[in-house]
Amino acid sequence: MTTDTMIQSALKAKDYKSSLKPVWCAGCGDFGVLSAITRALAELKIAPQDTAVISGIGCSSRIPAYLNTYGFHGVHGRALPLATGLKISRPDLTVLVTGGDGDGFSIGGNHFMQACRRNVDMTYIVMDNQVYGMTKGQASPTTDADWDRSKMTPHGTHINPFYPLVVALASGANFIARASSSNPGGAAEVISEGINHPGFSFIQILSPCVTYRPEQRDWKKVVRPAPIEATTDPAAAARRLMTDDNFYLGVLYKGDRASFQPDGAEQPVSEAELEQEFIL
Amino acid sequence: MKKTSENVLEKPASLSIAIVGSGGSGVMTAGSLLLEAAGHAGLYGIMTRSSGPQIRGGEGAALLRFSTNPVFCHSGHFDLLLAIDWLNADRFAAEITLDENSHIIGDEAIPEVFSQSGASVREISFKQLAAQSPGLRPNMIALGLIGSAIGLPGEALEDVSRKLISKKGEDAVQASLAGLSLGASNASLLDGFAAIANNLKPHPEDLPELWNISGNEAAGLGAIRGGIRFVAAYPITPATEILEWLAPSLEKVGGVLVQAEDELASVNQLIGASFGGTPSLTATSGPGLALMTESIGLAVASETPIVVVNVARGGPSTGIPTKSEQSDLNIALYGLHGDAPHLVVAPFSVSDCLFSTQWAVHLAETLQTAAIVLSDQSLGQTRSIIPRPANVSFTTRRVIQSEATENYQRYMTGGSGVSPMALPGLAGGQYTADGLEHSPTGTPSSRAEDHAQQLDKRRDKLLQHDYGEHWAHIEGDGAMAVITWGSSLAPVREALNALAAEGITVRLIAPRLLMPVQPERMAAALAGIEIALVVEQSHGAQFFHYLRAFYAPTCELHSMALPGPLAIRPDDVRKEIRKQWSRE
Repeated sequence: MTTDTMIQSALKAKDYKSSLKPVWCAGCGDFGVLSAITRALAELKIAPQDTAVISGIGCSSRIPAYLNTYGFHGVHGRALPLATGLKISRPDLTVLVTGGDGDGFSIGGNHFMQACRRNVDMTYIVMDNQVYGMTKGQASPTTDADWDRSKMTPHGTHINPFYPLVVALASGANFIARASSSNPGGAAEVISEGINHPGFSFIQILSPCVTYRPEQRDWKKVVRPAPIEATTDPAAAARRLMTDDNFYLGVLYKGDRASFQPDGAEQPVSEAELEQEFIL
Repeated sequence: MKKTSENVLEKPASLSIAIVGSGGSGVMTAGSLLLEAAGHAGLYGIMTRSSGPQIRGGEGAALLRFSTNPVFCHSGHFDLLLAIDWLNADRFAAEITLDENSHIIGDEAIPEVFSQSGASVREISFKQLAAQSPGLRPNMIALGLIGSAIGLPGEALEDVSRKLISKKGEDAVQASLAGLSLGASNASLLDGFAAIANNLKPHPEDLPELWNISGNEAAGLGAIRGGIRFVAAYPITPATEILEWLAPSLEKVGGVLVQAEDELASVNQLIGASFGGTPSLTATSGPGLALMTESIGLAVASETPIVVVNVARGGPSTGIPTKSEQSDLNIALYGLHGDAPHLVVAPFSVSDCLFSTQWAVHLAETLQTAAIVLSDQSLGQTRSIIPRPANVSFTTRRVIQSEATENYQRYMTGGSGVSPMALPGLAGGQYTADGLEHSPTGTPSSRAEDHAQQLDKRRDKLLQHDYGEHWAHIEGDGAMAVITWGSSLAPVREALNALAAEGITVRLIAPRLLMPVQPERMAAALAGIEIALVVEQSHGAQFFHYLRAFYAPTCELHSMALPGPLAIRPDDVRKEIRKQWSRE
């Protein structure tokens, strides 16, 4: 065992936390997710300096600053492309993307589909609370159509909610799972498995907003493990994801697509060689 | 019209040729081969393409100009119009201006707009000639005819044709060579034109190494020379050729090009790759630049170097996507929200697309900020025979935090304002890059003093840098100046050369660095100037207003602001200068 790996084997979950105190409300589900991420990284013994956590905008997108890894807190909705550029050019890094349902499925919706298609080896953790918390309580893409507690849509949205796991499957994600912030240990296991699985791993974590959706405190009573193992069959996964009640937890689909690999020359040539085509 | 001093530019120190024809008639192939063969024979030249709105199969015009000296723009006068056929050719009338010194050759269906010009007309049907023998192509016959008329060695045309056509088999090659020969045998039809062309004798003994390259290819090469190894982009006219050239070229040098889902994604992919330490660039045009502006601000705020090459076209909105305009200046200068100091660099020739892009990469990397390179369609899509561009190398690079230190602060203030950047993988360098305002450690902060400090840092690092003589192209003396930028430089320069021949000297000032502004250098450049004309291709006189806002010249300032899509003509600039001059 080298000194480095000895040090790494001694890393605890708390070693992945920064000294910053989260801006979240007391009781916010995101505390559990933060804990799950640090536990997963410690469990996998991935050094903080070899990890990058990328986010957009929203309550949950604040996570990078609360970690002792490298991080990027970018603009609203564009965390996935930023992470894509990083991972493609730095395949040695472990790249996680964190954010909320508005950031990922509304303003960033197209990037979500394209990231699933592209299948770059990274793990996308969406803390889903069915509301925009940071802007104080508006309906998000996963909000039920008749939710009428937002001043902006006082009669409800009249739009069917978005089913991110179904869209992820249809778009080509290679690993699809659901976890709950009320069980950080279980969420940590799912995150570890997602990081280890090649390609694009998508993990929805039910993470209540106790301020604007206080009724979500009861989620912990209804979530339960999915009764069967993860399927590798997309058709079976589609049936399962389209018929479940959105509260089954665990790894629900594992694909076998190879991760995205950029094309590259086996023997790079010098820059000077590129000029040859222009010379008369 | 008599040849007077008013028409001095129209004397054939250069030769301008337009080849028109319907889709599939091989106009662009003939033009490209003519340019390449002329280059081999030691002539300088440019070729621009003009075409109808159809995706494929529309009418096209290859516009060429040759000279024994480097040539940068069209003159506004054509010596020869050759029509392989005349279908919809009248749509190019505004671009192909003829007079009684011009020559027209084609079948009898010549549109009135051309025949009324007074040009000498010779009738020949290239299609009928081609029908004489199987495999003959009208465009190759036309090429043989022009080549012979302007005195290109037969071998030069044969070599370039063989190189292009060899993949179609030896029969096709032989048919092409037969076409060239048939065309050459009809060259006497163009005797009058050949007399003009006779002035065009290359001096092979004086020639440097010549390149055949477009502005978009040059920008791509400049990117790689600057160290770019990651590109993410979304296709858009007229920038796509940069990407199509970069994709295989980056692969060859160990870099990567990713086709992104949109411009929002491509610019953010750059930021991610650059955060990881890889110099990164994208190419786009106005609509794409508009989509990218929010995240260019993120690159500025997070001090993550990126380069965006904007190949401008006519705007606003979808505008005139295939034609040039300099009207993206405002968005490049002012498009970012908040106070977001960044770099704007404008190349002014095909060759300078290489230098300016390479310089922009160097500046963005050195100063850890975003750079916008403002090219345009007329630079990007012009194919040009140029002397080999100088191989400049810049020594400074991105300042990297190479080892862990106690209390590393990513956004440390003080000094040059450039703070060392830790790259993922360095233990002890961990930080979160943030678009939120932050303290020196990167911790999000809304405190007034942190905002003030970081705003100062991001501004001062750009202001304190010495951009050297690259900031502008300045030449000439006199009490009158023309101030211009980008692709407008070429017609201005040609106008000034003509004026110099008339004994009128005018100073030329063309900033390459548009942001940050260089007031002291501009003041020095304007010293002694009493009157200046500001020449640009924008309806809103964007450059004129920029000059007034940032440089407040004390001389009399006039605006010559013309919208696209027609290129600014040297002679129009010359006349405008004479008009302003005579007011004095």
